[in-house]
Amino acid sequence: MAFFLEATIGGLMSGVLYSLVALGFVLIFKASGVFNFAQGAMVLFAALAMARFSEWFPALLHFDNKLLANLLAFAAAMLLMVVVAFLVEKLVLGKLVNQEGITLLMATLGIAYFLDGFGQTLFGSNIYKIDIGLPKDPLFLLENVFPGGVLVSKEDLFAAAIAAALVLGLSLFFQYTSTGRALRAVADDHQAAQSIGIPLSRVWVIVWSVAGFTALVAGVIWGSKLGVQFSLSLLALKALPVVILGGLTSVPGAIIGGLLIGVGEKLSEVYIGSKIGGGIEIWFGYVLVLFVLLVRPQGLFGEKIIDRV
Amino acid sequence: MLYRENGQFKTSYRADQQIFPITQDRISVVLLLVFAVIGVPMLADEYMFRAILIPFLILALAALGLNILVGYCGQISLGTGAFMAVGAYAAYNFTVRIEGMPLLLALLLGGGCATIVGVLFGIPSLRIKGLYLAVATLAAQFFCDWAFLRIKWFTNYTASGSVSVSNLHVFGLPIESPQQKYLFCLALLVVFAWMAKNLVRSHIGREWMAIRDMDVAAAVIGIRPVYAKLTAFAVSSFLVGVAGALWGFVHLGAWEPAAFSIDRSFQLLFMIIIGGLGSIMGSFFGAAFIVILPIFLNQALPALGAPLGITISTAAIAHSELMIFGALIVFFLIVEPHGLARLWSTAKEKLRLWPFPH
Repeated sequence: MAFFLEATIGGLMSGVLYSLVALGFVLIFKASGVFNFAQGAMVLFAALAMARFSEWFPALLHFDNKLLANLLAFAAAMLLMVVVAFLVEKLVLGKLVNQEGITLLMATLGIAYFLDGFGQTLFGSNIYKIDIGLPKDPLFLLENVFPGGVLVSKEDLFAAAIAAALVLGLSLFFQYTSTGRALRAVADDHQAAQSIGIPLSRVWVIVWSVAGFTALVAGVIWGSKLGVQFSLSLLALKALPVVILGGLTSVPGAIIGGLLIGVGEKLSEVYIGSKIGGGIEIWFGYVLVLFVLLVRPQGLFGEKIIDRV
Repeated sequence: MLYRENGQFKTSYRADQQIFPITQDRISVVLLLVFAVIGVPMLADEYMFRAILIPFLILALAALGLNILVGYCGQISLGTGAFMAVGAYAAYNFTVRIEGMPLLLALLLGGGCATIVGVLFGIPSLRIKGLYLAVATLAAQFFCDWAFLRIKWFTNYTASGSVSVSNLHVFGLPIESPQQKYLFCLALLVVFAWMAKNLVRSHIGREWMAIRDMDVAAAVIGIRPVYAKLTAFAVSSFLVGVAGALWGFVHLGAWEPAAFSIDRSFQLLFMIIIGGLGSIMGSFFGAAFIVILPIFLNQALPALGAPLGITISTAAIAHSELMIFGALIVFFLIVEPHGLARLWSTAKEKLRLWPFPH
């Protein structure tokens, strides 16, 4: 039982991190109908920027304060993501308005290739560390219930808390600010939103910036856990089933989908994977999604797809 | 002046329905084929065969298969690499497990197995559409990657996990030298391209296109979506499976699952998007472009750096290749979203009027 709880909690934690990446997908899809394959590349790019800036700033400006260095690096990386968002809108999406979904998807794949190459040219391609001072020591819970207790990594707990705060902040932003209202309006209907004077191009820049922000947070958390390296950009492939499971258009869906897949992956790996050769977490999420889609083609929380002729 | 159809009257339905209705087209296609069969083997060197020509032919076949599914039937698939892998490993198993299995039959049986897997993973397309379907086909990709890596039966229990084939023969002729490999691939590609072209202009091809353009309307006028979608999946994955088997047997010789990873799927999708969706010709253009571009960049970048006194490290070249590749993809999508095939038909239109504009 303690082992089961441990696996579940471990799964929940990684699920939260999947949700973070998935959130970026959903935000962009809702606002512009673009299925953004570059989200993983953005995570890598943001994490690389953060890691390198936090090395460069103290060396350049001659100070030795970790917190300050991290804060400055975070701000600079965020600025960089805004610039990326602006350029993506100006150079790519603005010119591809009214194209089919698959063309846009391919364009974001092009962006992903570009960002992968550009990030590594700019920041180098070694493994870098991000140290934002997350505690590394494990925590034992419920020691009086189970012998030995349930082992939980404090780092994971902090990461989950940050992710939860981010999600809460984003929902508040979407619900209560005028920009958030504009974003939701665009998501509902591009033309109607435009006709009442919401500038589409600015909204897209904002959405890509917000997605860049979630990419940055995801990158920082994953980076401090595993080190910043090229494999981060493959996170997008991990987050895809999460997005589809929750429904492409649903923010809560991304969160719940992430948790479901995180837990399912961990438990299936532990209980089934060991029997059939291991490593099944690679496809578990996808096959799960396949079966869910057969029952609900729009995902768990997506808007119902209605065909009009 | 030379390229016009004035005076070429069709006097029978047969003449009207030819693949190349214009005489000049027929002549140039025949000339092209003669050149490909006789001229190219005399001119090209071994590097050309290994690095460009053979990969181009095989990937063009795979792109053709994918184009039938995505371009003609409108079902986005990101699992092409998996279907290639199924073709390659199935053909391998037929060769290893059945004594005296002819190569051609093994390739076709590999394609047959890919068909079965393709139809299986195509079943969700009856309910799922668009991007949701794209992600669902990724399930095929990851599942097959895993299966060929972890289930030892597929690789005949080889210790390293990589499989190899040797001593290829077709009808008693050895397929050893690059020229022979090239001609073998060329022959298969020509046959399959001809069959595919005839298929897409038959009633079944028209059913696919109707489903692509609007599936509800197609169903209303009596086209069975189940039949149309599944046949598209079947034909497409058969061609892709044969291409996969060729890729493993003829091009690589020895391979591991990584040869058919998700990057391969993306590469093929790029080919048909850049070449032109819903165009047999486009598959060839796209394959040529995507095969040649990285090689060109790889050669051109150090050459560009040399006169400026910059020696570019291999890592930097790899990264700038990624950047230029990504940027070019985006550029192409913006400038010509309908692909190189559209440029080709525009050029033909222009040529018809040339040199008199009216």
